[in-house]
Amino acid sequence: MEPVATEPEEADHHEDHPHESFWRRYVFSQDHKVIGIQYAVTALVFLFLGFCLMLLMRWQLAYPGQPVPLIGGLLGENNAPQGRMLPEFYNQLGAMHGTIMVFMAIVPLAVGAFGNYVVPLQIGAPDMAFPKLNMASYWCFFAGGILMLTGFFVPGGAAQSGWTSYPPLSVTAPTGQTIWLFGMVLLITSSLLGSVNFIVTIIQLRVKGLTFMRLPFFVWAQLVTAFLLLLAFPPLEAAGILQLMDRLAGTSFFMPEGLVISGQLLEVSGGGSPLLWQHLFWFLAHPEVYVLILPAMGIVAEIIATNTRKPLWGYKSLVYSLIFLGFMSFIVWAHHMFLTGMGTKISAFFQTTTMIISVPSVVILTALLLSLWGGSIRFNTPMLFALAFLPMFGIGGLTGLPLGLIASDIPLHDTYYVIGHFHYVVAPGTIFALFAGIYFWFPKVTGRKMSELLGKLHFWPSLIFINGVFFPMFIQGLAGLSRRLYDGGEIYDFPDHVMVWNKVMSHSAFGLAAVQIFFVVNFFWSIFKGEKVGANPWQSNTLEWTDAPSPPVAHGNFPKLPQVYRGAYEYSSPGQDEDFLPQSQPQEA
Amino acid sequence: MSVAIPFNSEPRPDTGLYNAKLGVWLFLASEVMLFGALFSTYILLRTAAVEWPQGSEILDVPIAFFNTLVLIASSVTMVMSWASLKMGDVGKFRLYMALTILCALIFLAVKAYEYGAKFSHHHYPSDSTFLAIYFTLTGLHGLHIIGGVIVNGYLWGPGLKMWKSDPERFTNRIEVAGLYWHFVDLVWIFLFPVLYLL
Amino acid sequence: MSGHSAEEVRAHVKIYMMVFGALAVLTVVTVAVSYLDIAVGPAMVLALLIATVKGSLVALFFMHLKGEVRAILWTLLLTAFFFLVLMSVPLSGYLDSTSL
Repeated sequence: MEPVATEPEEADHHEDHPHESFWRRYVFSQDHKVIGIQYAVTALVFLFLGFCLMLLMRWQLAYPGQPVPLIGGLLGENNAPQGRMLPEFYNQLGAMHGTIMVFMAIVPLAVGAFGNYVVPLQIGAPDMAFPKLNMASYWCFFAGGILMLTGFFVPGGAAQSGWTSYPPLSVTAPTGQTIWLFGMVLLITSSLLGSVNFIVTIIQLRVKGLTFMRLPFFVWAQLVTAFLLLLAFPPLEAAGILQLMDRLAGTSFFMPEGLVISGQLLEVSGGGSPLLWQHLFWFLAHPEVYVLILPAMGIVAEIIATNTRKPLWGYKSLVYSLIFLGFMSFIVWAHHMFLTGMGTKISAFFQTTTMIISVPSVVILTALLLSLWGGSIRFNTPMLFALAFLPMFGIGGLTGLPLGLIASDIPLHDTYYVIGHFHYVVAPGTIFALFAGIYFWFPKVTGRKMSELLGKLHFWPSLIFINGVFFPMFIQGLAGLSRRLYDGGEIYDFPDHVMVWNKVMSHSAFGLAAVQIFFVVNFFWSIFKGEKVGANPWQSNTLEWTDAPSPPVAHGNFPKLPQVYRGAYEYSSPGQDEDFLPQSQPQEA
Repeated sequence: MSVAIPFNSEPRPDTGLYNAKLGVWLFLASEVMLFGALFSTYILLRTAAVEWPQGSEILDVPIAFFNTLVLIASSVTMVMSWASLKMGDVGKFRLYMALTILCALIFLAVKAYEYGAKFSHHHYPSDSTFLAIYFTLTGLHGLHIIGGVIVNGYLWGPGLKMWKSDPERFTNRIEVAGLYWHFVDLVWIFLFPVLYLL
Repeated sequence: MSGHSAEEVRAHVKIYMMVFGALAVLTVVTVAVSYLDIAVGPAMVLALLIATVKGSLVALFFMHLKGEVRAILWTLLLTAFFFLVLMSVPLSGYLDSTSL
């Protein structure tokens, strides 16, 4: 690694606004960079919380009924008497782990943090199109997140009907579910404000010369993601309102007639449909899967192009696949519902669309893989995480195929196989890409690089441990082990031969937790002591590196508004002195 | 302290749009999906129901007919307030905007009376899926009306000072608020026959 | 185009009034039709047809969709498609009960 500074230190270049109060500047800021950092920090805290809930669950699965060590006494007598976890509490952990990870950690990190910080810089905009909305979006998210967490402290505990909150179970659940619904309404509002802002920013604020087909792939990914959020979230908001009505006004949108719970006939008017919730929920939640994965693909594409020193393979096919993927993601939702008995014809339709949507995913993965061919690859930490993303996402995607086919989905759907499948997509897939992004853009945000040594100490054990956590799930799942058991399956005899994996997975999870310390130390150490770098430490082509100092100018980003002359990935062009050709460099340089 | 955002009031040459206009249309697109999900719910519940009352048996058609006309009128006054600004007549703008807000308030008052009448006859959302969807849809629509009243009230009152400093941007704001208002009207145009007449 | 000159706007005002009239008349028609003795099926089609015409008038003239720029029309077309997808949800329960 040779830190070639393409521009002299510009640390003093900040246009400081002395009249700005502390609150305006760091708390209620309207600067997209500050908001991006706020999103990042909040989302990382939620990521940590969601991870901790998972550790508690993994303890219970490996050592069912044994007191949780160290913190067992802190969980509260209602949840874990003498540190022994109750089933109800395990259910809360499961529901809240999913909710926190999806809605409060990964999406805010991928879209709120990276999107906010990087998109305006990459398109040469001084800020997002609506800075006030941007601030409102963050604070809605923050309020929604905090509200969600208060669920743990109300009588009956937090939401415990799964992150999917299927009725009638969720309608008859304790108060925590109402809090979950209000929290979701806030989170959805935040997402809607954010997505409107992103689309307008990308369409309207592209700098001169930056046509759509010159956009960095990351920006494309954010654009498609924003459309998914914009159009898929409202049906869930509607469903949330209906469930609130069911819970608070006693309506029966999701409640069928003659429902008996614990021997008691429910006093509802009936006539509702539990399946309706599933339709509306998955109408959001399937596009949501792509909201989780598309920004990750964008990040990986940027890092791969920069670190192979060659153009992305098939930029146009990548873009078209992305658009097609986004479009198709709206018409595959019911493949989550093959087990509901909604009928064979409708299942056959969704089976077909599901097989079709796998094609563009494979195109994207293949194009990224082919981009490596013949490159002079720099194996720095961001690149390692980006490279690991490819096979991990590959495993996640390919194991999804049997779930898209009705015949194989029916035996697999309620087992750990499903957990393994989507965690491969989201954890070693998306989260690795997000780590890659943090290592990659850290110098832009702070002006300092993160430590390579600590980065590699973080990467390699993480890769091994995370596979230790998730791979055995396929083995257990194929053996038919249900994913809804709070004792990990001890109650049954048939999965005895795969029970040993429970301990392997749990200890891998604890190991995974331990090695994240390298990341935390690296993160804080590098903010203050990391190697100082110039504007473009990776010799990249895109505007955020070539035309903005590190960190960018406080208001307005660019000292001088750039103009764009070419696509984002002209690396190692023949006849050039350098192996990169910035987008903003005029033709006759 | 904020920076100047390009195309805040003047349209971008290649898209022909200023930012807020694209923004509000995107927002309306999401609203279409929100109400779409509720309409879808309505269809599903109705087609699955053993019996479904005709709206006019339970609900008050003449009063809702009156409310429909009020809302349509408010849409016209809204577009007229924008047209007045385009022609540079602030006085007329204020008049038409006041009429728009007045219409909205009449609509809300009538709606409140209707709700009260239903409750006094012991018709509650929990009684049947018909009443459940009726109260949910009209309630959500009512919230949209309240939101519109707040925005329009702001533009009629304190927001008007922008007319002095940046008339083009202020006119744009009225156009954007109008787009939202017409959409709320449009939703009612569908709600009225679906809930009251069929 | 979104740029409306003062003269154009003056011409618009006349159209707005005509649209207002049409909307009022159509509202009366909707209510009148509901008092006729028509079976539920055709009545529903008729009522929704009238509502669609009214809605289109509002969108085309009050919301100026007539002559709007392409970016917005495409966005709305996309939304309309997904709206229809959403409307197909109730169908899902019936596909199997009928012989398709």
